Amino acid sequence: MGTIGEAVRRRRSGLRAGVAGRILDFALIAIIAAFLILLGTKVVAQGGSFFVQILTFAVANGGIYALIALGYTMVYGIIELINFAHGDVFAFGAFLSGSLLPIFGLREGGAFTPVSAVALLAVFALTMLACAFLNISIERIAYRPLRHAPRLAPLITAVGVSFFLEGALFLWKGPSNVHYPNILPNAGFELFGATIGVKDLLVIGISLILMFALGLFVQRSRLGKAMRATAQDRDAALLMGIDIDRTIAATFFIGAILAGAGGTMYGLYYNTSVFDLGFSAGLVAFTAAVFGGIGNIYGAAIGGMVIGMIRTFWDGYFDSAWTDVMIFTILILVLIFRPTGLLGMRVPEK
Amino acid sequence: MTVEAAAPILRVDHVTKRFGGLVAVDDVTFDVKKGEIFALIGPNGAGKTTLFNGITGIFPPTTGRVIFQDREITGAKPHQVATLGIARTFQNIRLFEYMSALDNVRLGQHCRMSAKLWDSLFKTPLERREERRVTDRAIELLKFVGIERYTHTYARNLPYGSQRRLEIARALATNPALLLLDEPAAGFTPQEKVELMGLVHKIVDNGVTVFLIEHDMKVVMGVSRRIVVLDHGEKIAEGTPEQVRNDQRVIEAYLGKQH
Amino acid sequence: MLRQFWERGPRRDPNTIAYVVLLVAAIFFPILVNVITGGNSSSIMTVAADAGVYVLLAIGLNVVVGFAGLLDLGYAAFFAIGAYTYAFLASDHMRVTPLGEPIHVSFWIVLVIAMFVAASFGVILGAPTLRLRGDYLAIVTLGFGEIVPRVFRNAAGWTSGVNGISALDIPSLPLWLQGPWSGDPFAVVPDFKIISSIGYYAIMVILVIICVILVRNLQRSRLGRAWMAVREDEVAAAAMGVNTVAVKLLAFSIGAAFSGFAGTYYAGKLSLVSPENFGFSVSITILVMVVLGGMGNIPGVITGALLVYYVIFVLLQQLPEFAVNFVTSIGLGGLVKSSGDYPGIAEFISRLKFLVFGLILVIVMLVRPQGLLPSRQREQELQKGVKEDTVIEDVNAETT
Ligand SMILES: Nc1ncnc2c1ncn2[C@@H]1O[C@H](COP(=O)(O)OP(=O)(O)OP(=O)(O)O)[C@@H](O)[C@H]1O
Ligand SMILES: [Mg+2]
Repeated sequence: MGTIGEAVRRRRSGLRAGVAGRILDFALIAIIAAFLILLGTKVVAQGGSFFVQILTFAVANGGIYALIALGYTMVYGIIELINFAHGDVFAFGAFLSGSLLPIFGLREGGAFTPVSAVALLAVFALTMLACAFLNISIERIAYRPLRHAPRLAPLITAVGVSFFLEGALFLWKGPSNVHYPNILPNAGFELFGATIGVKDLLVIGISLILMFALGLFVQRSRLGKAMRATAQDRDAALLMGIDIDRTIAATFFIGAILAGAGGTMYGLYYNTSVFDLGFSAGLVAFTAAVFGGIGNIYGAAIGGMVIGMIRTFWDGYFDSAWTDVMIFTILILVLIFRPTGLLGMRVPEK
Repeated sequence: MTVEAAAPILRVDHVTKRFGGLVAVDDVTFDVKKGEIFALIGPNGAGKTTLFNGITGIFPPTTGRVIFQDREITGAKPHQVATLGIARTFQNIRLFEYMSALDNVRLGQHCRMSAKLWDSLFKTPLERREERRVTDRAIELLKFVGIERYTHTYARNLPYGSQRRLEIARALATNPALLLLDEPAAGFTPQEKVELMGLVHKIVDNGVTVFLIEHDMKVVMGVSRRIVVLDHGEKIAEGTPEQVRNDQRVIEAYLGKQH
Repeated sequence: MLRQFWERGPRRDPNTIAYVVLLVAAIFFPILVNVITGGNSSSIMTVAADAGVYVLLAIGLNVVVGFAGLLDLGYAAFFAIGAYTYAFLASDHMRVTPLGEPIHVSFWIVLVIAMFVAASFGVILGAPTLRLRGDYLAIVTLGFGEIVPRVFRNAAGWTSGVNGISALDIPSLPLWLQGPWSGDPFAVVPDFKIISSIGYYAIMVILVIICVILVRNLQRSRLGRAWMAVREDEVAAAAMGVNTVAVKLLAFSIGAAFSGFAGTYYAGKLSLVSPENFGFSVSITILVMVVLGGMGNIPGVITGALLVYYVIFVLLQQLPEFAVNFVTSIGLGGLVKSSGDYPGIAEFISRLKFLVFGLILVIVMLVRPQGLLPSRQREQELQKGVKEDTVIEDVNAETT
């Protein structure tokens, strides 16, 4: 029994936690530094133009992951559920927009006229709405009835919905990679010897615009404020007369809009998709959300950028077979050692 | 003042608990003496439950110390606190609803059992003997609090009053030296309150110190020789029922509102 | 005595019947198959012995999900660890790795080693995670489940990468007993190998029976009670002196140990391991078995495992062909051919698997969260919040 007292005293004096924490911080910094140095030598060896090229990919990639991560983080923030199906909503966006393009007269190899731009905008809008509708239906049918059930129940349901959606995409397009029409002009301009294409600009531009719009919405609009209030304390929000059901539905709606845009851009950028795209991309985006502190919108945007960049740089400079292993190791390490996120933003104590 | 001479079993030493900007418990100090019935009273939101949570390690205090039997337990985990000998009940009954009353009380003995994984896997004689002992003790405790007829009933199906009693039995099963009761008589009829106070006396007669929170000052005056009054997180009075009843701040903060 | 038995009789654990039925079925199944196939039962018995692997996995995952209420989405990773442990320790493979020397350890010893290796990984992963919120475990195990097969695939120097490791030692009985079960006269032969499918089946049934007895003992012990309590109300359990982290960790690592154990059996039987056999869909398959059968109830999850196994590995294998014949016979032969995104009826049906799995998880959780064969206690608990005001009867005499 004396040992308990001792352990308690030690913990209280902050000695153990302090030293362990410092060692951990040191180890983390050492690992990151080692990685950066290694990366630096490779960058120098490979030359500047390659670096700029990779950096461009990295930012575009980061933008897409950030859009997905936002959906995870918003839903987690408001109902504390890992919406496993979110990644698959994103994949659905990629599949759907790929099928819509030809219908709107956007074909591979065709000239990209102002009319095409309007058509593309329509495809974006339709896909985003369809994803939003899908996500709201998921919430309504699969999650809402279980809101007061033991936590395990909605979690299993979320896994089920994710698998169901993957199964649906599998049924639709089969097991192999699906080609996505390459409709954007291949034009671009030179920067430090690297080619920056229309695609890169489009993806980076749209993701920044959407994130900015989301920030504005959450800060300024009534619904955005209701969302933040509900995330902080659901009971209090209820007392303040906030319609909880509507607020939660709105969260799913907005998350899916971003995922739909992300899916469309993924297709336009990579010209390929596959039925379990949502699983892998979803897990990476979830890593990003955790990285930025789950529940934290700005954290998710920054985390998505960072994780997307780490991925792309690793792919570019190291053995890409290990990329996912590395990302998921980051996921586990962050969850274990920095559960509130690496960016150090505070998450409300529950 | 014979009580003053007795050794303290629990010392709450300048304990403060903050939730963000809210100071729920503000620099509170007092002693609970061995073998007494000590009471904590105060209006709604005074910080009484928060103080219990601080003592039992559920929400460790922001600053200050908790000392139990001359050992500092500030910041200890709830299960460590329970193992050291502090048991508690909850204001909003927290039974294991889908376990039988018997299993609830058997679970209470968890930290006093010695069967290891090995014993459980192979049902060794040690484990069988222990299970038998634990079951006998559980039935004894159910009888002690007077709800033995519900032995095999799911805890959630017990009548309200019996649920409160079951929580006490479960807490006693951990074999505590100090028992914390958070509003044990809440929602009781006057008759039930009298019965409960009888039970509390029986518990103290068995050598367990009782520290209880009670909303209803009249009830407290009947059982307790020493009372601490909390208001807005601050200790505003301490003393015998007579002293507390005549305290100006108590009358203002507490009785004033009711009259 | 007799009176006592009768009086207790009707209030007895309803699971007793389920256990008896399962045991009788396990014993008579080989005989029945033998009669029906006219002595040519080996292919069916192989399938049946493989089903046993999933039964073991489901029983193990049930400890984690059903007893302790934790979601483990990387269960197949521990299965892989168990299988690769056997591949490393019981084949010539180590000769071609940097180690340079083959290792041949007996199957029975590796079974135990694999359990400990898998459990150790469980502890390493669970100990820090289980201090956090419950659902973090789900995502950490999901990540782990993705990492492990990739490591086995990429670390080709040690694992031969995608090709996997083949020609693993064929398990022999610990006492080198030979007899009718191996199609030979009774004898003690030093190098007897269990290669008959009946032999594997018999070992499997015995392993399952042992595991069921052990897990049942756990469920009714101090530990089982603590799991229940932690699942229902962690704060109250902790306040009653239960070290919640330790108790959850124990459940998680026992589950991992089961998976490692099953992995070794699987590798020994197949004589081959490959990183492709341990993906996320395996973890989900086992979860579906547990959820469908009835979380927390051992006969339930066994039934669930057998049912799901039958659907995937027997029914779904035959269904496409059946469907082709069927649509052709009713004059809809056009459905057989593929056109556009439609792949033809046979392919269409074989693609249904994931969709159906997802649907099962969702529908079971929404409509019958307690599963097909529920545990009494779990049934009430899971109905909470789905259907309010369920009528609850008293617990039966089982608890005394
Ligand atoms: N976990 C928590 N997070 C934030 N604030 C809390 C938390 N727990 C309690 N509080 C706040 O601390 C204050 C004290 O609450 P506490 O429950 O201790 O009061 P109490 O004296 O037990 O009241 P009652 O008589 O109603 O039970 C209240 O204002 C309450 O809102
Ligand atoms: Mg209170």
